[in-house]
Amino acid sequence: MNSSLIYSILTISLLGIASAVILYFAAKQFFVYEDPRIDDVEQSLPSANCGGCGYAGCRALAEAIVKDNSLEGKFCPVGGNDTMQKVAVIMKLSAPASVRKTAVVRCNGTCDNRPKISQYEGAKSCAIATLNSGGETGCQFGCLGFGDCCVVCDFDAIHMNPATGLPEVDDDKCTSCGACVKACPKMLIELRKLAVKNRKIYVSCRNTEKGAIAKKACTVACIGCGKCQKECEYDAITIENNLAFINSDKCRLCRKCVSVCPTNAIIEENFPPRKTETINEETNA
Amino acid sequence: MSKILTISPSPHIHQESSVSKIMQSVIIALIPALIWSFFVFGLPAVLTTLVSVIACVGFEWLIKKYLLKVNPTVSDGSAVLTGILLAMNLPASLPLWIVIIGALIAIGVAKMSFGGLGNNPFNPALVGRVFLLISFPVQMTTWPINNNAVDATTGATPLALIKAGLKSGTPVSDIMKELPTYSDLFIGNIGGSLGEISVVLLLIGFIFMLFKKVISWHIPVSVIGSIFIFTGILWLVNPDQNINPVYHILTGGVMLGAIFMATDMVTSPMSKWGQLIFGVGIGVITVCIRVWGAYPEGISFAILIMNAFTPLINKFVKPKLFGGKQ
Amino acid sequence: MLRTFKIGGIHPAANKLSANKEIENLPLPDSITILVAQHIGAPSKVIVSKGDKIKVGQLVATSAGFVSANIHSSVSGTVSKIEMVTDSSGYKKEAIIINVEGDEWDESIDRSPKIVANFDFDAKYISNKIVSCGIVGLGGATFPTHVKLMPPSGMKAKVLIINGAECEPYLTADHRLMLEKGEEILIGTKLLMIALGVEKAVIGIENNKPDAISNITKLSEKYNDITVCALKVKYPQGGEKQLIKAVTGSEVPSGSLPISVGAVVNNVGTTFAVYEAVIKNKPLFERVITVTGKSVKNPSNFLVRLGTPVGNLIEAAGGMPNDVAKVVMGGPMMGKSLTSVDIPVSKGTSGILVVNEKEGHRNEIENCIRCGRCIEACPMGLEPYLLMPLAENKRWDDMESLHIMDCIECGSCTYTCPANRPILDYLRLGKSTVGTIIRNRK
Repeated sequence: MNSSLIYSILTISLLGIASAVILYFAAKQFFVYEDPRIDDVEQSLPSANCGGCGYAGCRALAEAIVKDNSLEGKFCPVGGNDTMQKVAVIMKLSAPASVRKTAVVRCNGTCDNRPKISQYEGAKSCAIATLNSGGETGCQFGCLGFGDCCVVCDFDAIHMNPATGLPEVDDDKCTSCGACVKACPKMLIELRKLAVKNRKIYVSCRNTEKGAIAKKACTVACIGCGKCQKECEYDAITIENNLAFINSDKCRLCRKCVSVCPTNAIIEENFPPRKTETINEETNA
Repeated sequence: MSKILTISPSPHIHQESSVSKIMQSVIIALIPALIWSFFVFGLPAVLTTLVSVIACVGFEWLIKKYLLKVNPTVSDGSAVLTGILLAMNLPASLPLWIVIIGALIAIGVAKMSFGGLGNNPFNPALVGRVFLLISFPVQMTTWPINNNAVDATTGATPLALIKAGLKSGTPVSDIMKELPTYSDLFIGNIGGSLGEISVVLLLIGFIFMLFKKVISWHIPVSVIGSIFIFTGILWLVNPDQNINPVYHILTGGVMLGAIFMATDMVTSPMSKWGQLIFGVGIGVITVCIRVWGAYPEGISFAILIMNAFTPLINKFVKPKLFGGKQ
Repeated sequence: MLRTFKIGGIHPAANKLSANKEIENLPLPDSITILVAQHIGAPSKVIVSKGDKIKVGQLVATSAGFVSANIHSSVSGTVSKIEMVTDSSGYKKEAIIINVEGDEWDESIDRSPKIVANFDFDAKYISNKIVSCGIVGLGGATFPTHVKLMPPSGMKAKVLIINGAECEPYLTADHRLMLEKGEEILIGTKLLMIALGVEKAVIGIENNKPDAISNITKLSEKYNDITVCALKVKYPQGGEKQLIKAVTGSEVPSGSLPISVGAVVNNVGTTFAVYEAVIKNKPLFERVITVTGKSVKNPSNFLVRLGTPVGNLIEAAGGMPNDVAKVVMGGPMMGKSLTSVDIPVSKGTSGILVVNEKEGHRNEIENCIRCGRCIEACPMGLEPYLLMPLAENKRWDDMESLHIMDCIECGSCTYTCPANRPILDYLRLGKSTVGTIIRNRK
């Protein structure tokens, strides 16, 4: 056998053994104890790392659950109740049930409803456009249409509709993580309770100006007339600053407010069409 | 007011400049040296340049349309420029199928795979050239005869002759008798790559680009200066084994490399001091390869190595902050 | 010897189309809109109501704190309503609408054109007059002047610098003021020196106004503590920090105020307003505004009552051109583009620029080719090519460590970028977000 071959084999082998010994002692010296339940909980989480639970990623949520030894105030919106059940079994606790929510874009200022009074020619980002002006229309509260909300969604659940110029949420994909809510500089997106068959009713306006001024800028603006509030039997509607707001927890989906709104500012989604013809109802499939 | 006004953030005026104008200026600066190469190498030079440009533009268009599926615009002139620069770094008589491979590597691998214009870390034309040099060493070192050279028996480059001479032990003074004169080097009556031979025409291009404010003096001066100083020191220490520094800077594509290849905006540092450091690095590595390395000429490798250091230089050499620490 | 700042700067075409037009009085409008937020700081409190009869120069809104200012009516008439109107920011703000009736001035204002050079006022009197007359910085920033005259404890002012640079292309209001009201400006400078307690003042004027330089130099000969400094023509020479660097040679440290190097800067327009306030008891309710643009028929300089709709100024300059793209309040580099011409002029309006389609068109955005022109152009020594993608990727901490808060939003980077990248759009976003983060930390 060639002597250089023997030396090579010997040198590499010795290097390997020396490294192994060093690593063994280092692993012992720098060992960090971690509760094994953290790994188990993390395995049962969806690994989306979206931050929707309010923690910095799935591992952080798992650590918080194990450290606090409680599921109080901890909910993974992506995995939902199924995931929380699995976690509850691992932790030997009871899982809190939570309400299914979805993101709702509270603006219906389409190109037809809300005419443009100026033309924006800057960088196509809502955050930048909002620093420059109140938008291209007469309503400074409404959607700017440049899609910052769509860019941040990790779940492919919100897209711009080029015909209306507004974003549309896919309720089946939406995990109510809240990224789009934070991204919208006009604070138009709200996480609302999602009822059976993806039904929802909401006031599609955030304009707090007086009714006449709001209506001049957009034909479907909420004018704060209060008719919906008078009609509601469940005390779900409040009017503040010329703007109506429907509390999705109290709302029973009776749709009476939708039919009395004079500007069609209240939107009902995923309901069957009404039997009797009423004035200009708005349904989204 | 019947017309709706445009709103946008300031500023509301813009300088008359664009990427394609910059590319055009560089191409115009290259034209004198290019025409000289057509004159001294004849039809092969024309064909090489044409094939290189068409291949580069074609590959960029195809990649954009079918691989990246974006709008296939090639109007910014950067592919044309890469094509011309690649051709200028090759022997004029290189088989055209090799030129096409070079274009594919330059555009496809060195530029588009990193994200297109502005995102490539290495100079695309040089990546193409170095790839060809390593893959086809024989064809890449077979030089055509320069029609204008006085006593041209072979088309070998001066540096190749020097390297061969030094290896066989001939003293420098004897080697120099066989080499072209300084005026031959300056005008371009020597063998070599398509674009590297005529120093004076490349310098004219340099002055044109300075005038048009397309590049600044920092990189070319620091490259040429550092090569001159380093080879000067070696020559002073041992004149028998080393060629004098003037000869070094007039040969081996130093002018082409320093003026047109190293100054590529995308792959060179952003700050002035960073550019000087970059230039000195190129000079030092070039001389090391020439004197102690296996290749007779090293500026292509030197530029590519320093391209790798550009992000590091950008990170540590920052422009002077107004009101910063003195 | 022309002085200048060392780092950065660009040379846009000056286009001083109205430089030779004397200041004309703009006819009174039918109604004016007085915004209550015409200055940096707290918006003023309205003290009039619908139906009140107002005289020119009457106080209609009071200062709402230390960093705030009084606002006076620029016309006589009746208050029509107090409502929200869109201003140059693109958002609706509170404003007082007054229907113009006649031109009756408050009796306490001295309307005689006699220039008074001898006076015996002390610093406190001058400062109080500046406060009561609602004087704010007329260079465009609208910082309440009295705040600048009261340096924070521990800092002392050493020199007063009067900003006659007017570095923005197209604008000529300050130029005409220096030619036609030079004596008043010098008296105003003297008043500010007394108020600030400094013994030295320098008036900085860019070299493309040689007539203004010679006029002011001649007038300043009788003041041995006021000198004129001719400045090299370079944008943004009129920026506070750049001006201080050119005139005194000191650089204001990153993150600090000019007072930390002992300098206080005031615009020539502000200085003239100080003269009128202290000597003539005239509050700030009118100012010189340039109306200009390549397509404008008669680019002019008008003396305008604040609150006049922008449309009136454009009509007086020959009407709205057919190829208008934008109407900009201010200069082309830092001005705000307006959503409509009904927006009223306010204290910070130095010019109305009509940008035509050819000039204002933004070309297609290309990839950054790392040419480094933005770095060469930035007068604050920043790296715009790096700050823009950091803002796009929301890396606010990295932007803060790269000194985004030093950005003066001059627009030089965006002006020179050959790839037409909207750099300043993203820098502004970064500055606003990082500013909020810093404020929330405290």
